[in-house]
Amino acid sequence: MNAPVKSVKLIKGATSDWEMVIGLEVHAQVTSNSKLFSGASTQFGGDPNSHVSLVDAAMPGMLPVINEEAVKQAVRTGLGLKAKINLRSVFDRKNYFYPDLPQGYQISQYKSPVVGEGEVQVDLDDGDSVTVGIERLHLEQDAGKLLHDQHPTMTYADLNRCGVALMEIVSKPDIRSSEQAKAYVSKLRTILRYLGTCDGDMEKGSLRADVNVSVRKPGEPFGTRCEIKNVNSIRFIGQAIEYEARRQIGILEDGGTIDQETRLFDPGKGETRSMRSKEEAHDYRYFPDPDLLPLEFSQDFVDQLAAALPELPDQKKARFIGEFALTPYDAAVLVSERESADFYEAVLAALADKARDGKLAANWVINELFGRLNKEGKDIAASPVSSAQLAAIVDLIGEGTISGKIAKDLFEIVWNEGGDPRALVEARGMKQVTDTGAIEKIVDEIVAANPDKVAQAQAKPALAGWFVGQVMKASGGKANPQAVNDLIKSKLGL
Amino acid sequence: MTDLTSLTLAEARDGLAHKTFTSVELTDAHLAAMEGARALNAYVLETPDQARAMARDADAKIAKGEGGPLGGIPLGIKDLFATRDVRTTACSKILGDFKPPYESTVTTQLWRDGAVMLGKLNNDEFAMGSSNETSCFGPVVNPWRREGSDAKLVPGGSSGGSASAVAAGLCLGATGTDTGGSIRQPAAFTGIVGIKPTYGRCSRWGIVAFASSLDQAGPFARTVRDTAILLRSMAGHDPKDTTSVDCAVPDYEAAIGKSVKGLRIGIPKEYRLDGMSSEIDRLWSQGAEWLKAAGAELVEVSLPHTKYALPAYYIVAPAEASSNLARYDGVRYGARVDGNNIVEMYENTRAAGFGAEVKRRVMIGTYVLSAGYYDAYYLRAQKVRTLIKKDFEDCFAQGVHAILTPATPSAAFGIGEKTGADPIEMYLNDIFTVTVNMAGLPGIAVPAGKDAQGLPLGLQLIGRPFDEETLFSLGEVIEQAAGHFTPTRWWG
Repeated sequence: MNAPVKSVKLIKGATSDWEMVIGLEVHAQVTSNSKLFSGASTQFGGDPNSHVSLVDAAMPGMLPVINEEAVKQAVRTGLGLKAKINLRSVFDRKNYFYPDLPQGYQISQYKSPVVGEGEVQVDLDDGDSVTVGIERLHLEQDAGKLLHDQHPTMTYADLNRCGVALMEIVSKPDIRSSEQAKAYVSKLRTILRYLGTCDGDMEKGSLRADVNVSVRKPGEPFGTRCEIKNVNSIRFIGQAIEYEARRQIGILEDGGTIDQETRLFDPGKGETRSMRSKEEAHDYRYFPDPDLLPLEFSQDFVDQLAAALPELPDQKKARFIGEFALTPYDAAVLVSERESADFYEAVLAALADKARDGKLAANWVINELFGRLNKEGKDIAASPVSSAQLAAIVDLIGEGTISGKIAKDLFEIVWNEGGDPRALVEARGMKQVTDTGAIEKIVDEIVAANPDKVAQAQAKPALAGWFVGQVMKASGGKANPQAVNDLIKSKLGL
Repeated sequence: MTDLTSLTLAEARDGLAHKTFTSVELTDAHLAAMEGARALNAYVLETPDQARAMARDADAKIAKGEGGPLGGIPLGIKDLFATRDVRTTACSKILGDFKPPYESTVTTQLWRDGAVMLGKLNNDEFAMGSSNETSCFGPVVNPWRREGSDAKLVPGGSSGGSASAVAAGLCLGATGTDTGGSIRQPAAFTGIVGIKPTYGRCSRWGIVAFASSLDQAGPFARTVRDTAILLRSMAGHDPKDTTSVDCAVPDYEAAIGKSVKGLRIGIPKEYRLDGMSSEIDRLWSQGAEWLKAAGAELVEVSLPHTKYALPAYYIVAPAEASSNLARYDGVRYGARVDGNNIVEMYENTRAAGFGAEVKRRVMIGTYVLSAGYYDAYYLRAQKVRTLIKKDFEDCFAQGVHAILTPATPSAAFGIGEKTGADPIEMYLNDIFTVTVNMAGLPGIAVPAGKDAQGLPLGLQLIGRPFDEETLFSLGEVIEQAAGHFTPTRWWG
């Protein structure tokens, strides 16, 4: 807790340096076909109240039945967070009145969550990495949505989302900057998407965070925290933390104290404002839900899920570095999104010699393909160049059939027109010339036509580059640059 | 045809099978009896059209030899059970004219087996009460009267409508629910049989919840055999209720007449209360003697935590109720009283929709779950509950097969007699029955005698988990010895 703090993470106040202490409660919607305790669909975007079962609407006498798939997803996520899986956990009722909560209570897990302590390794842009502890993960029901714009005086309730399974993933207060917080949420999102346990779509509200922020002077005990509710983008999480930390520092430096309270982030104004104070906080009257038996499963159940777990980003990154000598940066870029990693893996699988060309393929995926996709604002799923096509281009470079320069032209053609790269190279005569006889002929012609340049080059060997350029130009870029170089050197007697 | 209403369920079943009469005739007889007994206020909704349609359907099936175990038998249904498209209110104003688009599992099984629904039966509001005086439809009247008096008596509660209807011949059997004694106490007050099966034996799906960890459905009828027949149809595992237990439903009727020789019957000394009436005491001894005469062995047992059961019950049950009743908020169904904002709407709706006793329990429940009080009340009550359960387990581990106790501390009392200032007096009615709910055990109330004023009194037998069969065997021994109890008809 009191590890040496890097000064760069401190905020300079008027009187002292301040350190932020941040903990996050991330609410991740579980990917599952039906809700946590009912058979209703979880599909997004249906007509209001079209995915509502009798249980979701809390009709009299209705009872919840746990969705086994949601439990599996929580366990998978726990395993992905290297966390302790609790073979016995308990569902509790969190009681409060609100029109988006038909039962008058949310079924959640209070004292005994399904997943206990774990950790997430977070890589930062400056190459540093921090470990953020996970306190717990529990399953709970989402609430419905209130529609205030349908009627001048009435509010309507849409219960489609009501009862959808959420995982609340609570971090330890291990985060010390807004950058770390953003990187932590990004990493968590990546892990969830790899696991397939949450689609991570923040625009649809599949992932949102409550952010706890406090400040202290380095080495001092934790300060009083404020909780910023329901922040729904990574950028806003950063903004909310920055604003909130500075607000608290301002109060403390003016001799004030921080009131423990719940706040809301206003993305329009970029500021947080008070929602309710500690005194106004609800008394949720948690107690074990008598409609549900404790959730119990065997270690065997956990082991089976563990055995079927996909490779996670950290493992994948290590493998890319180990097998293909990728730089940690390139490996991190590739694994940061499951789709990117999948694309790269597909290219690898299609390569003729992935041990030889794996690294070259990574360069092509990152620099040429991602660069081009970014420029055109396209998603990888919409890439005009397929993994097989890109692999063929890399193959052609690797085996020496085309030069890197020609490859870029070829990429352009494939991007715009499609087609089999190997066939295109044949059809359009793009093959690299490695026949020294043909190259020698061009060299001889250029040497013969430029006696003055020969003399200059012989006096100043660096000028031989001019001949290389001329030969490449005359060959239409197809001559093997190494062969050209060697020949010119021997012809000029360098 | 009125004598059709005095048949036992088993006799009616045989009569239908032998085509002595039809289900339509049987049903009409009961509908007529209901019409003549509206003074009892047992039914809050009569469904004659539906009853006749179901009876005709049953007759057609019986003719084809497909009548089913309850083919053509007319029953009354406590208003706590959701019945599809038929008003279901739990006798609370807050549900208004609520007509569920679904049918409870228990009633679904009754209809599956051929039974006919006569209507919905009165009960204490949300099953909170021991006299059926908290119903928004007004109190139910017990068909029994004290000798030489025409004072109206309560039938007990919360399933007072069920008990009164069965005792008065307004149905051959009825469903009830029992959270702290709501089947056994009214059965005892009206001279009929009622059984609360083991927690998890019947599905709670579609039954308006009072206290989820204690609620259990069960049947009322005029004989032990009839309750055995009904329970077989009501019981069974339901995947929609995860607290229902997946174990086979035996043929309970086969337990009737089975020898009780060698069964060890525990007589718990803690149930001998200070100031208990000598009548109750005599009844209890008499019951023990009857069982002994039938070959059972009597042993004194100790259930040391009994005295904590009632206070612990009045923490656990209201706690769960306060949460279970939160859904009645005026937003989606039932009654709504508007306000200037959402909080006002909630307050107005719940203030107008709930009766005094329900409000009291919601308040108690909210209080005992509140921060700072939870440990002192709710958590301690749960610990007491564990101890009570262990008392019974220890007792059964010593080879005791069943426990015999009085069902109630007194006979039925007058309407309005105990609705005074102190609710504890009313709560004391459940002193012998709540322990059974706290431990999740089966308990049967069987009429065993009368008090000095001619009112029926009942005995309770408490069994091992899922051993309802032993209770039926023992209950029938008491029934055989004590005979049947039929009120003199004064109504209609």
